[in-house]
Amino acid sequence: MTAVLSAQEARDVPDLREEQGRQEVAEPPVARLAALPGVSTASRVAVQAEQARVTGRVLPVAPALAGLLPAAGLRRGSTVAVHGASSLLLALLAEATAAGSWAAVVGVPSLGLAAAAELGVDVGRVALVPRPGVEFPAVVAALLDGVDLVVARAPSLPAAVARRLSARARHRGAVLLSVGSWPGADVELSCRREAWEGLEGGYGHLRARPMLVRARGRGAAARPVSARLWLPGPAGGVARAEPEQLGEAVREEAVG
Amino acid sequence: MTVPSPRGVADGPVRMLVLWCPDWPAVAAAATAGVPVTEPAAVFLGNRVVACTAVARTRGVGRGMRRREAQSACPELAVFGVDENRDARLFEAVARAVESLVVGVEVVRPGLVAVPVAGASAYFGGEHPLVERLVDEVSAAAGVECQVGISEGLFAATLAARQGALVESGCGAEFLAPLPVTELDQPGADRAELVDLLRRLGLRTLGAFAELAEKDVSVRFGMAGVLAHRLARGRSERPPLRRRPPPELSLAEEFDPVIERVDVAAFLAKGLAARFCAGLAGQGLACTRLGIYAVTEEGEQLGRVWRCAEPLTPAGVADRVRWQFEGWLKAPPGDRPTSGVARLRLEPEEVVEGRSLQLELWQQSGAGFRMGEDDGLARERAGRAFVRVQGLLGPEGVVTAVLDGGRDPASRIRLVPWGDPREQETAADATWPGRLPAPSPATVLTSPLPVRVTDGEGRDVGITPRRRVTAPPRRLSVAGQPARDVLGWAGPWPVTGGRRSTEHPRARLQMLLDGGPDEPPEAVLLLCAGTDSPLWTIEGMYD
Repeated sequence: MTAVLSAQEARDVPDLREEQGRQEVAEPPVARLAALPGVSTASRVAVQAEQARVTGRVLPVAPALAGLLPAAGLRRGSTVAVHGASSLLLALLAEATAAGSWAAVVGVPSLGLAAAAELGVDVGRVALVPRPGVEFPAVVAALLDGVDLVVARAPSLPAAVARRLSARARHRGAVLLSVGSWPGADVELSCRREAWEGLEGGYGHLRARPMLVRARGRGAAARPVSARLWLPGPAGGVARAEPEQLGEAVREEAVG
Repeated sequence: MTVPSPRGVADGPVRMLVLWCPDWPAVAAAATAGVPVTEPAAVFLGNRVVACTAVARTRGVGRGMRRREAQSACPELAVFGVDENRDARLFEAVARAVESLVVGVEVVRPGLVAVPVAGASAYFGGEHPLVERLVDEVSAAAGVECQVGISEGLFAATLAARQGALVESGCGAEFLAPLPVTELDQPGADRAELVDLLRRLGLRTLGAFAELAEKDVSVRFGMAGVLAHRLARGRSERPPLRRRPPPELSLAEEFDPVIERVDVAAFLAKGLAARFCAGLAGQGLACTRLGIYAVTEEGEQLGRVWRCAEPLTPAGVADRVRWQFEGWLKAPPGDRPTSGVARLRLEPEEVVEGRSLQLELWQQSGAGFRMGEDDGLARERAGRAFVRVQGLLGPEGVVTAVLDGGRDPASRIRLVPWGDPREQETAADATWPGRLPAPSPATVLTSPLPVRVTDGEGRDVGITPRRRVTAPPRRLSVAGQPARDVLGWAGPWPVTGGRRSTEHPRARLQMLLDGGPDEPPEAVLLLCAGTDSPLWTIEGMYD
């Protein structure tokens, strides 16, 4: 599926009317393109995303993260690879577990669960399999049958096994979140952490940290998107960094 | 629901002997901890005394007291928590001692064992000689005091054991009549509400309750009231609906490899219990007497019958299997089976119509609907997946976290194997002075990483006994890597590990480390111990 208008504009629903005004000028080519199989207009993408969220085909994420993901959430059946930050992983789990989904974390014994609770994860709905050992594929496959979100870290996984597990996630309607790279991931989220705020030469404590998150992937996520987030924000949780800080450098990076 | 009518002779309960070890939880706890019987001991649940030894009682400790109250009455009191496994494990020795004299031993609960009296009293030449032999045997073999009572039916015999009374045959009802109606509320019977109602209606004794007509009782109090009324009249709990079950209801399971550890047995017991109860429920039955029989690899036969006043739920069956394995596998070396258990058979010795269980199943699904149908469904789906993974990796393979109160990220999390009760030990939202402020590190290292922290002149930085840093930290080096600049730091947050551990002052610090050229700085959580030769470790990373 290819979005004719940019995916980012499509997701900003309040801006949609303005977009449609502009769209009318270019009606004939859009109509022609939209008639092609597998091509849809921006408004249709937005409507589909909204519908998917309501019908539960997409697991919710925090509003600050929604802009980074193609369906404005974690689409059931997709595989998302998260590079670089455990806190980003926890922030992705927060909304879905709070809304009643179950999650399992395989092979990440060092996950900070106190931090998870602070970011809004319902810890009671998260099960941990700290050391799956050689049973890793069997464990992940069993969990994909039962829970909505499976976080997995595999030090070395043959590409064929990884593809089989992704296929299982697609079949079962679960979301596979991988810590580190995963062959054939639908969306890859990578982040560049910036300096923490709050330390003042022996006083204060760590308070908030900005982070630049980039998403790229296949299909609907083919166009790279990036956003500057507070993770965690000054009030805890994840928040969008102020618009003036979303400067020209960020836009360029988004294109390139 | 039809009310069963009394049916004369067939309804008369069997004459039972009940052997009761008073204050069993406290006695078992004291024995496990090696506290001599002359010292006071008590078992607490939720800060209240649930059981105390006779010595403690003479010094003013009583059930229901708060811990502080109990300790102020008796400062040398040994304090223990409730542990059903411990109670069951130690009680196995008592059950074995009773079994060496009489057959047909049934454990009612840890601390209480019932035996049909007819055959044994004939063999030993009367009820008095039998009782004497039993008390001697139990105190010699298991080393505990016990009291024995004989009467018709389990309920009357239990009350007789409390008084050490041997009630004449056929005088059960007369024996019960003067006793207070509160005796109906035996542990596990769940009759507190009924008893309270009866008391408020002015029925203070069992005799007064027994005088009511059964018809009136059934109209006013329903089925539960009728059962209690039967007990008060000295009849058996249930009309003789009980029947010996056909053999296919028993469940046998072979184990390869054999079971040698209690936790493995406990895990397997859950699955077995669910299948066992499902098999019974399929016939519309529920089990009130459960036989647990095991065969070890060496061919030793072990067996024990558990009796229960209420029909057993899957959780109840699993508990009893676990307790039984505790008793067998953790027995003193002489009595322990020489090899692991290779075969286990659960046998329903006595079953009742499953009606009484029906209600609970209904309530459970009701609770599920209240939470939202999807929620219960999702939980069940997830639970099944976790149990499958536990089948692959063992019961410790899948854990869930419970947030407790605490000062640092590691102690605030307690990991509980999936399926075990998730109970908070301390309130997570209570104030913890000196607690590390949020946010917590997103990565908590499973094995802390030792590092060296130096000040501007290259000297080690330590923590003074007053929990201050000796100098501002400037550089940090991990073994085998170049030293990194400390861009910022905060703390120290003192770590207090008990009042006496003053020899090594400990504290936590947050540090912002230079990530190197073109890399963002990294924030870490460090623990420092000692002043002169300080030991620094990285505990977590704020990544």
